[in-house]
Amino acid sequence: MAGPILEVRDVRKRFGGITAVDGVSFEVREGEILGIIGPNGCGKSTLFNCILGQLRPTEGRVVLDGQDVTGLRPSEINRRGVSRTFQLLQVFPQLSVRENLILAGQEHKGSMASRLFGKRDAGLTPEADRMIAFFRLGHLADEKAGGLSYGQQKLLDAAMAFMAGPRMVLLDEPAGGVNLTMLGHLEERLRAINAEQGATFVVIEHNMDFVMRLCTRVVVLAEGRKIAEGTPAEVRANQTVIDAYLGH
Amino acid sequence: MGANAATLRAAAFAAGLLFLLLVPLGLSRYGVYIMSLWAVMTIAAMGLNLTLGYAGQVSLAQGAFVGIGSYAVAILSTNGMPFIVPLLVAVGLSFAIGWLLGYPALRVQHHYLAFVTLAFSTLVYLVFRNEEWLTKGIYGIMGFKRPTIFGISTATPLAFYYFCLAMLAIATAFLAWIVRSPWGRAFVALRENPVRALSLGVDTRRYTLMAFAIGSAMGGFAGAVYAPLVEFVDPTPFTLALSLNILMMVIVGGSGFFFGPFLGAAIAVLLPEWLRFAHGWYLVIYAAFVMGLLIYSPTGLLGVADRWTANRKTRRASAERAAASASLSPEKP
Repeated sequence: MAGPILEVRDVRKRFGGITAVDGVSFEVREGEILGIIGPNGCGKSTLFNCILGQLRPTEGRVVLDGQDVTGLRPSEINRRGVSRTFQLLQVFPQLSVRENLILAGQEHKGSMASRLFGKRDAGLTPEADRMIAFFRLGHLADEKAGGLSYGQQKLLDAAMAFMAGPRMVLLDEPAGGVNLTMLGHLEERLRAINAEQGATFVVIEHNMDFVMRLCTRVVVLAEGRKIAEGTPAEVRANQTVIDAYLGH
Repeated sequence: MGANAATLRAAAFAAGLLFLLLVPLGLSRYGVYIMSLWAVMTIAAMGLNLTLGYAGQVSLAQGAFVGIGSYAVAILSTNGMPFIVPLLVAVGLSFAIGWLLGYPALRVQHHYLAFVTLAFSTLVYLVFRNEEWLTKGIYGIMGFKRPTIFGISTATPLAFYYFCLAMLAIATAFLAWIVRSPWGRAFVALRENPVRALSLGVDTRRYTLMAFAIGSAMGGFAGAVYAPLVEFVDPTPFTLALSLNILMMVIVGGSGFFFGPFLGAAIAVLLPEWLRFAHGWYLVIYAAFVMGLLIYSPTGLLGVADRWTANRKTRRASAERAAASASLSPEKP
């Protein structure tokens, strides 16, 4: 079996006197859906930001495919095949749904020069339309993203993360604020991408049912530290986890 | 509907072009000068519209780049170079300086960035005024000629107006190409959400610098046309007031709308002339108009047009929905 796609080695992040992430290590294996859970303020999003270059870890290394990527710029890490969604909605409201998707793919092809002298859509319209159909946003392709409902924007947000055919996607609370129908739809799409393209996912989520159904493995954080790791069933039965997070 | 809007737009474009070609024929020498000034200011405002309107980077230095372009042309032309050389130097120099001015934008944004560019603007003005060995200081530079293009002299006001119009056409085509390329999309992404753009692989650093460099280069280009228009270059026109005026053109016309600067420059350059009948009151009327417009439509003149089309679309959609639901329940009493 191949080595892990991502290794997080003893990552620590301090903000002044606060240690948001306190020496967390874990691996992400090719093709799995890894869940990261933990109470609010336990450092999940900070950890994501450290992995993806939005923040520079105070200590520790982030290794992608055996290469140290600690402290690289987010655009660099993205172009190495790791994309993400954000906890709060992050689409470009003034661009159409299709333009949002083209943007999400254009920087992965060619050079600055080819993006200036080449085609207006960087040849990405077919791929964008395929993604629009896949996430069932077909009737909205030419609408401005700002005019979409919250759930639709959430789907677009996810679609953008998949646009460049990433090997790994980090999803920060994909289920937050999404109604049940939309959530079922999103879950089904994520499963389909995982199965068809073998894409690897790391998911931060508070919706326990969603995590337990979707994830093959779960890492539990509390107060910036990893307190457990295992299959959903193992984690659910773990006494430390119950005390720290799940309750009863 | 889409075809209709396209036809309408093409018709408006053709009418505008015809107007620009024909109207100076009936104008006085001064009127032609004002129209030429409008064309030059439109080029400068288009540059700022790219930096500010599309890429979201505030700059209070566009007037300084018009000055840099003007001085480059004035200095090199008095040394006897054919117009194309000073023109290219003006554009190239503004591009390079604009690129450097972009670096602060990588660290500071919004009004902080405005202050950095404001300081730069003041610095450039001081260079114009004090570096007499280069700029002749407050005495200014004169004695350079208007260019001769393909053997045709642009010395008369009307000929120079058409020259300005041709330069405006070049600038317009250039900017249209930029904003319609993937770069244009990346600029908008930079304006709307730089963090998200970065996470999608957009090298926001490079695009920020490019937005500054290209916008400034267009300022320099405008300056290169301004110098032969006024035929005398001194520091006075290139104070902060010019930068603020260009900023106003962009905002009044509609920041981020392609044709916004055309309207904004028209308001800033032509309206004061039309208001001359009001004598001392003209500035009051002018200021009241600008304030009223921005209260009514913070997105400028083209923002008003945008709102109208959006409203019409909403009304039509609800009419269609009403018609659809009516046809679904025909048995209703």
